[in-house]
Amino acid sequence: MEIIIKVFGITDVMEYVTFIARWLHVLCGVMWVGLLWYFNFVQTPTVPTMPDELKPAIPKHIMPVALFYFRWAALGTLIFGLLLAWMKGYIGDALAIGLTSGAARDASIGIGMWLGIIMAFNVWFIIWPNQQKLIGLVECAAEDKPPLARAAALASRTNTMLSIPMLYAMVSAQNLY
Amino acid sequence: MGNPLDSLSGTIICGLILTVVMVVIVNVIAT
Repeated sequence: MEIIIKVFGITDVMEYVTFIARWLHVLCGVMWVGLLWYFNFVQTPTVPTMPDELKPAIPKHIMPVALFYFRWAALGTLIFGLLLAWMKGYIGDALAIGLTSGAARDASIGIGMWLGIIMAFNVWFIIWPNQQKLIGLVECAAEDKPPLARAAALASRTNTMLSIPMLYAMVSAQNLY
Repeated sequence: MGNPLDSLSGTIICGLILTVVMVVIVNVIAT
């Protein structure tokens, strides 16, 4: 045990557990936003230019796997982020976007947290249920698909838009304020 | 005028505008 503590440079076990929560938050966040940007920057613009015979590979082979990691990474990011804020003792002031403390750091991390919560809500309650029908994991009539596709696409684009201020908020809370 | 979220560049521009708005809000809360 002592050698582990020495090798990992642990001076305070609780501080180290907090650091691990942050590390897991960042790992999940990179996977989540990485896949979100893959969908929006690569897949969506590229699919219309693909040969027709290759197009079925996207819903049949790529989307189920990508959406698996996407939605669970979103949940993991949320859980480890909230856990981290609780362990660091600022979860209340942050969720109140700094209105209780008047601190820029709480305002910044709090707005970032709320943007992340909205994004995770979009993943689990709009994108994932709609995509299940669009890629054939759940039965759906062909005529019902266009509005589902539109809602899923707009939720995905909304998350891409929100990821820009969300990441500014997260990084600035750590480094500017 | 169409929905800016229909294009990737529109999405990014909206995200940058929101970022500026957010920074202003943070400063208002902090003062």
